[in-house]
Amino acid sequence: MTDFTKRLLRTPQGAIGLFLVLLVLVIVLLGPMLAPHDPETLAPLARYKGPSAAYWLGTDQYGRDIFSRLLIGARATVVMAVLATIAGTLFGAFVGTTSAFLGGRADELIMRTIDAVMSIPSLLFALLVVNLLGSSTVNALIAVAIAFAPGMARITRSVALSVRKQDYVNAAVARGESSAYIILREMLPNVIAPIIVEMTIRVSFAVMLFATLSFLGLGAQPPAAEWGLMVSEARRYMHLSAGILIWPSVAIAVVAVGFNLLGDGLRDALNPRT
Amino acid sequence: MSPNYVAKRLVMIVYTLFIVSLIVFAITQILPADAAVMMLGENATQDALAALRENMGLNAPVWQQYAIWLGHVLQGDLGTSLRTGQPVGPVMFEALGRSLLLALLSIGLMLVLAIPLGIIAAVRRGKIADMVVSLISYAGVALPEFVTATIAVLVFADLMKWLPPTGYVPLTENFASGIAHLVLPVCVISVILIAHVSRMVRSELVDVLHTDYIRAARLKGISRGQVLRRHALRNALLPTITIVALDVGYLLGGVIVVEEIFAIPGIGRQLIVAIQARDLPAIQAGVLIMAATYSIVNFIADILYAWLDKRIQYD
Repeated sequence: MTDFTKRLLRTPQGAIGLFLVLLVLVIVLLGPMLAPHDPETLAPLARYKGPSAAYWLGTDQYGRDIFSRLLIGARATVVMAVLATIAGTLFGAFVGTTSAFLGGRADELIMRTIDAVMSIPSLLFALLVVNLLGSSTVNALIAVAIAFAPGMARITRSVALSVRKQDYVNAAVARGESSAYIILREMLPNVIAPIIVEMTIRVSFAVMLFATLSFLGLGAQPPAAEWGLMVSEARRYMHLSAGILIWPSVAIAVVAVGFNLLGDGLRDALNPRT
Repeated sequence: MSPNYVAKRLVMIVYTLFIVSLIVFAITQILPADAAVMMLGENATQDALAALRENMGLNAPVWQQYAIWLGHVLQGDLGTSLRTGQPVGPVMFEALGRSLLLALLSIGLMLVLAIPLGIIAAVRRGKIADMVVSLISYAGVALPEFVTATIAVLVFADLMKWLPPTGYVPLTENFASGIAHLVLPVCVISVILIAHVSRMVRSELVDVLHTDYIRAARLKGISRGQVLRRHALRNALLPTITIVALDVGYLLGGVIVVEEIFAIPGIGRQLIVAIQARDLPAIQAGVLIMAATYSIVNFIADILYAWLDKRIQYD
């Protein structure tokens, strides 16, 4: 494990990515405790303030402290994105591994169906699901998870196909193990490394998809401190104070870049050729 | 490339559209909206509602409703909007035309910028130029379209006043104004595409530059530039066709947000309006048209790829 950490930290992507993701993790865990102000306290006299000692990143259109709102909104944005990615990945990984294990016509049918599902853009798919279930954070989570599953299934299948040919899987088949046992106990554990890489990168897509849903009014609802919603609300007031718009955008960018870099770093660290 | 392969791909498109039609129909079935109530309003009498439901075939079993709907779609009738009472097909296709204009201009801009950037990064691997290209591509993945779009409007329309902030002017009506209105949306959509494609071009070219045939060509005494143009680029750029075609899926999602922000009456905006109004026939038609566009583009890309790459023998 230490050897692995060393390999990860050797590349600049891995080191910076790990640092940014750890930073985000700290904010998610301790954000509400670190926030200097209440995120929903209105201060009509302190609206559109620039950065100052009291308000590190200034205040928004209602005089709320932007820094505190970002710290607290991290949970809504990042935790949801991670959960949705994990849910989508688990489902996709299961379908992909099953498809690879079954092979032949069943595999062909499953994959062609997944191709068909993927021809609907994931944002549109998420919009439809959210509209169907009603706009709320949990429904947005389900929507993003469903939108991610087909892509993950496709990637898992291609990895699982190479695992399928390994001797230990043939041995399990020869032993007469059940399909479920082979898929869950023999194949899934061996396709995990590439899936984790893909999953890490996809967290950043999920953050964006969530933010976009909130932006379109179908995710988190005001006065929540969700970052996408903050950008959306800032649009009407951005000519009065650019800070309201810039800081949540920066927060989204930091998370997206962090997970992307970490994913790239993990890929290099896990790839024996580099 | 055999005729067999083309036929197989055509069958796949039909299957794709069939599955999409099932999904779309299933989703709109679960939607908690009653088409009859939507058309007659909340105050309609029970008798009137019942009569309309009977008339619209809403009392028939679900599979029968699906069969009837599919039959109409196959005949080119995509249904009538519950919101406007107009046929949705012509409206959606007109909107699709505007979206395709936006998409084609974005792809054009992307190709002009992303391929040279990727080539420079690969040739100067590890040098400053490579790092700059990497930084650009990370910036591209870091910012969702609604953020780049909002910032672009703030900077170039509100502060600098160089370009109109939102709106759409048909090119046939006023060419200069039409182009001016398209500049910001096209740039916003291209950013993420450029980030993605330049990264792919770079990694493909890096792989190709390490192959034996490139080394052999260099050892034969051919100059670096010649090797790059005659041997490396041909092989490295081929996969780009597939990547660009797959990105059309992203592109169609991206136009939804961008059209909404810039108030462009394309298919993405039509869909958002339809989804918000729970206009079932319009949602069905819009999603079906989007999926069909994606499938057809990918079909063309696969055929093009197989035609260009003689090594690939599909059966």
